[in-house]
Amino acid sequence: MHKYVLKRFAMLIPVLIGVTFIVFFILALTPGDPVTIILGDNATAENIAKLTEELGLDDPLLVRYGRYMLNLLKGDLGKSYSNQLSVADQILERFPNTFILAVAAILVALIIGIPVGIISAKKQYTWLDNTFMVLALVGVSMPVFWLGLVLVIVFSLNLRWLPSQGMGQGFMGILKSLVLPAVSLGAGSAAMVARMTRSSMLEVIRQDYIDTARAKGVKESTITIRHMLKNALIPIITVVGLQFGQLLGGAVLTETVFSWPGLGRFMVEAIKKKDTPSVLGSVIFLSVAFSIVNLLIDILYAYVDPRIKSQYKVQSALGRRRGE
Amino acid sequence: MISITTTIIDVVTDNRVYDTYVISQNLVMRLKGPSAEHIFGLDEFGRDIFLRMLWGTRYSLFLGAIGILASTIVGGTLGAIAGFYGNAIDNIVMRFMDILLAIPSILLAIAIVAALGPGLVNILIAIAISYIPTFARVVRAKVMSIKDQEFIEAARAVGASDARIIFKYIIPNSLAPIIVQATLGVAGAILSIAGLSFLGLGIQPPMPEWGAMLSNARTYIRDAWHITVIPGLGIMLTILSLNLVGDGLRDALDPRLKN
Amino acid sequence: MAELLEVRDLFIRYETVDGVVEAVNGISLKLDKSSTLGLVGETGAGKTTLAKGIMRLVPNPPGKITKGEIIFNGKDILKLSEADMRKVRGKEISMIFQDPMTSLNPVMTVGEQIAEVISIHEKVSSKGAMEKAKEMLEMVGIPAERAEEYPHQFSGGMKQRVIIAIALACNPSLLIADEPTTALDVTIQAQVLDMMKKLKDKLNTSMILITHDLGVVTQTCDYVAIMYAGEIVEYGSLRDVFKNPQHPYTNGLFGSIPSLAEDVDRLKPIKGLMPDPTNLPKGCKFNPRCEYAEEICRCQSPETTEVKGIHVVKCFKAQGLV
Repeated sequence: MHKYVLKRFAMLIPVLIGVTFIVFFILALTPGDPVTIILGDNATAENIAKLTEELGLDDPLLVRYGRYMLNLLKGDLGKSYSNQLSVADQILERFPNTFILAVAAILVALIIGIPVGIISAKKQYTWLDNTFMVLALVGVSMPVFWLGLVLVIVFSLNLRWLPSQGMGQGFMGILKSLVLPAVSLGAGSAAMVARMTRSSMLEVIRQDYIDTARAKGVKESTITIRHMLKNALIPIITVVGLQFGQLLGGAVLTETVFSWPGLGRFMVEAIKKKDTPSVLGSVIFLSVAFSIVNLLIDILYAYVDPRIKSQYKVQSALGRRRGE
Repeated sequence: MISITTTIIDVVTDNRVYDTYVISQNLVMRLKGPSAEHIFGLDEFGRDIFLRMLWGTRYSLFLGAIGILASTIVGGTLGAIAGFYGNAIDNIVMRFMDILLAIPSILLAIAIVAALGPGLVNILIAIAISYIPTFARVVRAKVMSIKDQEFIEAARAVGASDARIIFKYIIPNSLAPIIVQATLGVAGAILSIAGLSFLGLGIQPPMPEWGAMLSNARTYIRDAWHITVIPGLGIMLTILSLNLVGDGLRDALDPRLKN
Repeated sequence: MAELLEVRDLFIRYETVDGVVEAVNGISLKLDKSSTLGLVGETGAGKTTLAKGIMRLVPNPPGKITKGEIIFNGKDILKLSEADMRKVRGKEISMIFQDPMTSLNPVMTVGEQIAEVISIHEKVSSKGAMEKAKEMLEMVGIPAERAEEYPHQFSGGMKQRVIIAIALACNPSLLIADEPTTALDVTIQAQVLDMMKKLKDKLNTSMILITHDLGVVTQTCDYVAIMYAGEIVEYGSLRDVFKNPQHPYTNGLFGSIPSLAEDVDRLKPIKGLMPDPTNLPKGCKFNPRCEYAEEICRCQSPETTEVKGIHVVKCFKAQGLV
């Protein structure tokens, strides 16, 4: 098992190098001269030359990438063009807020999605199943930011139950301000999870081993959880893992709607200020976070399904790809 | 359909409808709620929301469809080549796709738009690139399952070239999952475009794009709910119907997935 | 001998979009304690449905027991509540399903799966249940330490042993085995069958053995019921049915297996196919395939009549009417 984890970690390294490379080169295309952005329009030629030299902007792209990567390994993502603060510090300061939001959204997705999917599968083709599946389809089709705005209209502006902007103070304060962003971010994922849970449950619901369990006299609720859900879990976990990536992206929108002080909003502001190092750092940071989540999901497979554990070399990678 | 109609109207009336109703401002009537005259009400500059939504389909649907078409062609070709030749080529292409997939698609789109700047063409590029890996994967999987079948062997036996086999035999036989994926992709692309525009990174005002409309509406959320709710409903219904079509196509084309 | 199970006039149907499938049509049978009944018939004859009916595990919807009684140990189990029925399943009546490859839960260890039935029906700690599960494994010839392993680590024959261990763990008075050896290699079939027979004798269990293999029946059964299109067309002791078959269908079954004792040029298969269960023929359900069928067979359904003692048949020819 340890070997497996190590191997998966090793496979992560080339992917991360590729990710940084691609993002670095995309953002290197950014028009406008960073030096004028930092110094303003009326800088002297001497100052411009000095700063260009300092930032190493004259060097070829590959050299700049190499230097960036060396610094990245030291935990240095450069300085913001706009305020000269360390990008790494700013990211680390905001990432926990995004993380809280994403985890809360995933919880919303699981708490709503899995039970709804189970009930739908067990009551297939009844009115309840149909209602749930229509709602799920609506959920998948809603723009995240629009749901956020509608929730604000209903729960903040009209009912005045929950705050619409920012992050509260203290545990209860944070919790209260977290409800609307988490629900609007998690709703789409909840719908995806519900759809996947349903179809995955339907696949196991008529398996022979379910008959075996019934013939043993096992209670229906135990059959549902221990025999059906546990077998249906792999595709569900896959969806949750993929949703996490969606959520990190969706967080950019949700954080904008709710003025949530997270990494997504930081990134949007950085884009507007043409603060390339901050954008680069944020995208790389979120992509790394996503890759690590995917890695954890891969490892989780092996714990959920003993068949994968015993032939982990090929199976887990294939399993995930099939799920997509 | 709607977007084609609006284009025709524009051509016929020499953009007069667009200029007078869709982007012209009428500040006296601003933020007025739905009425018989303006069934979806007016926005913050007194523009008719219904008409703006009709004209907005052109950006959302067109951009979504063209973007997905581009990524289908590029991604599909890459996937077909990877699946057909296997081995080293497959490895190189798919590892590259893995890398692209490691970046959440909207972040990739945001990064591209951030680099290239907002605007129609740049959004198109961003959307197309961020959906390439999905299509490459779908096509590759399908091609790999087809290429060892006997009719391919038969074609090879009569001396067909690789290109001929790919374009005449493999692609037509792998169309079903591509069509399904493309329908669902257009839905996703529209959401991405709306999201980008909402962030102010997409289509710029005064062009009536749905996400941009929502972004403006946000400022007036306290005073006029209708300018927020209605364009969003429009997006949702569009995506919903695309998803329904996609699900329906999948059930029709791939009976195994039907429960 | 005391009577363990009596099925009276049982009807089971599946209501599907394609029509009503009449799977079990008025079946009556009796089974004594510690005896074995062989239930023989082609695929689609309703054998499995009958077995699931006795377990009350016919999937509903679409399946439904529409009529009849199932008297087990003196009480009608069709009248039990679902909770009481659960106490019967696995404890009093156990069932072994056809395909050992798919009948075990792939994400639980085999030990857990055996222990589960024990902890449901017996007052034991989870540790005690696992102890007993390991004993059961030893009893079916699998080393106890393999209890920690998962089904995919076992071969088909081994899996079927595990399933037998699950079925017998609570010492049930009736075991229903639905084609327990069909999916296994021929060499393994004999082993598993032999083991089942020994365990059954040791634990004094009655058994209903569903099969389409007459060879298996001769090895293991005391009584035989021949099923066709949801009906029992002939029933009797092993000797009655094998030495003195009455129904043309029974004769047909014997005609379609090779014999070592006689020199036959050609096997005589039964012509035609099993009728469509959504659209059963009128009259005797076997009449379209029967070489003796006459007018009466096509309009009237024959009653079950006695041949000699318990040996009964459902055929006009055997009654001398044709």
